[in-house]
Amino acid sequence: MVVKPLTGNYAAAYAAKLSRVKVVAAYPITPQTTIVEKLAQFIEDGEMDAKMIRVESEHSALAAAYGAASGGVRAYTATSSQGLLYMHEMVWWVAGSRIPLVMTIVTRTLGPPWNIWTDHSDIMDQRDSGWLIMMAEHNQEVLDETIKMFKITEDPRVFLPGIVGLDAFILSHTTEPVDIPDQELVDTFLPPRRQPYVFKPGDSLLMGNVPRNLKENMRMREDIHNSLEAAKKVIEEVDEEWGKLTGRRYGGLIECYRCEDASHFIVGMGAWVGDMREAVDSLRTNGIKVGLIKVRYVRPFPREDILKWVVNAKSVIVFDRSVSAGSAGPLFLDVAAHLMAAGIRVPVKNILAGITGLDVTYEDIADAVLKSVAEVEETGKFSRFIEWYYGR
Amino acid sequence: MSDEMIEIRFHGRGGQGAVTAANILVYAAYKAGLWGQAFPFFGAERRGAPVMAFARISKRRIRVRSMIRHPDIVVVLDPALPKLVNVLDGLKQGGVIVINSPSKPEFGEGYRVYYVNASKIALDLNLVLAGWPLVNTAILGALARPLGFDIGIIEEAIKDYLGGSRGEVNAKAARRAYEEVKILE
Repeated sequence: MVVKPLTGNYAAAYAAKLSRVKVVAAYPITPQTTIVEKLAQFIEDGEMDAKMIRVESEHSALAAAYGAASGGVRAYTATSSQGLLYMHEMVWWVAGSRIPLVMTIVTRTLGPPWNIWTDHSDIMDQRDSGWLIMMAEHNQEVLDETIKMFKITEDPRVFLPGIVGLDAFILSHTTEPVDIPDQELVDTFLPPRRQPYVFKPGDSLLMGNVPRNLKENMRMREDIHNSLEAAKKVIEEVDEEWGKLTGRRYGGLIECYRCEDASHFIVGMGAWVGDMREAVDSLRTNGIKVGLIKVRYVRPFPREDILKWVVNAKSVIVFDRSVSAGSAGPLFLDVAAHLMAAGIRVPVKNILAGITGLDVTYEDIADAVLKSVAEVEETGKFSRFIEWYYGR
Repeated sequence: MSDEMIEIRFHGRGGQGAVTAANILVYAAYKAGLWGQAFPFFGAERRGAPVMAFARISKRRIRVRSMIRHPDIVVVLDPALPKLVNVLDGLKQGGVIVINSPSKPEFGEGYRVYYVNASKIALDLNLVLAGWPLVNTAILGALARPLGFDIGIIEEAIKDYLGGSRGEVNAKAARRAYEEVKILE
């Protein structure tokens, strides 16, 4: 174990190296670039026994990583924003093929106009594809969850690819101390590669042909859904196991902060959860009983975990850093739908903030929450369910 | 150092190593038993253009990640920059300015100013890249004063970050700046 100041991107690169990834295929895009640069350096210096495949596009990057993973090795890629959209067709193809694979997404606003700053529109655009999707709060979590994601995705109860997301610049280019585990520890933790089938020369296997039986085809989609549901238990088990080895437990799909006696809950994910913690502390100092639910995994969606906490809440305020234009923020839509389906009647509101990379301070978050809480305390409901918040 | 978090803004020119200085400061903070966080201005940078980098230091793990708007300390790597950009923007009352300057700088009342001829130190030690003196490590030596850091920790952090003979000579630059820096109260 050694503690080193690392950027979020370097934390991702160290994790891929420690997980003994054998094939990296990627195409450079801001702000993902330094992940691949670091991996190229590890390989060049002989510190990492892997093949770097240089490709002409993100579509090919994931296709190459998918091909390598289908052939039986641990494969890795990373991208952002427009590059991720260019890759999107392959994102579905990998999940549908049930091939475990890990990808880092450094979240970045989608154009136009060209914008390199963080929001969650790119990662949330992959929401329905069948990948596991998580967002990290800090650089240690980037490193830890990338290593864990290999174990989770290669578990026979899951056999699906997984995404680890980190916010552009706020994590990707921010340096802070990170505990880098020893190779021996990671080797003990990660079992040999497992996957549902392997493409081998001389051992023919047909994949992806037009189905004769559409019921079977539909069942494949249901299986993906069921495996994501089953992944919840695996995520928790792996979190516990990693916690035993490193002392770092994150709580599985969500992490709760000052929830025990909370009457009002805020829900959020990504790097600004750190600022939300600060906001909760500041609101609590002013006597407002607020708790924070940090969504770590957005797929599978932590329905049971969230409902358990908010069942008797006075209000739930969901912060989204992206929006499904014409409806609402995707995190809010999930929370609201599952509250409704479970018969829990609690006022719920969506705050859309930080979209296109607009800087959000903890004072902004506390301000928005304070006003919302005041309204619900006075009237028992929210007069509007969406608020576009631009700062104080 | 107080219990409060210290927020620092670095002003430099693209290519001068302001981001590297902020990163090395995180190394030093960690060695001193503190938590540190460093980040660049979140934008595209060009060589020679005015740029900024940021750092936070605290006894506790730092959770906030928004931009620094009211720094406790500003660090200026280029003596000509105050004519181009308002390096005092948002600086707290009684705040600290650490500047690379050959002569006594004028910032008016209400600040503690630390100045050192970091360019000369860099040139003396042959720390030059593409014709520019590399002043980022020398300025860290000067910054050690208002932070109350042991200069040995800064030297160690520089050596760790840069490695080899490059680390040695840059650590020397920091030590010299630490010894030569002048304070205007």
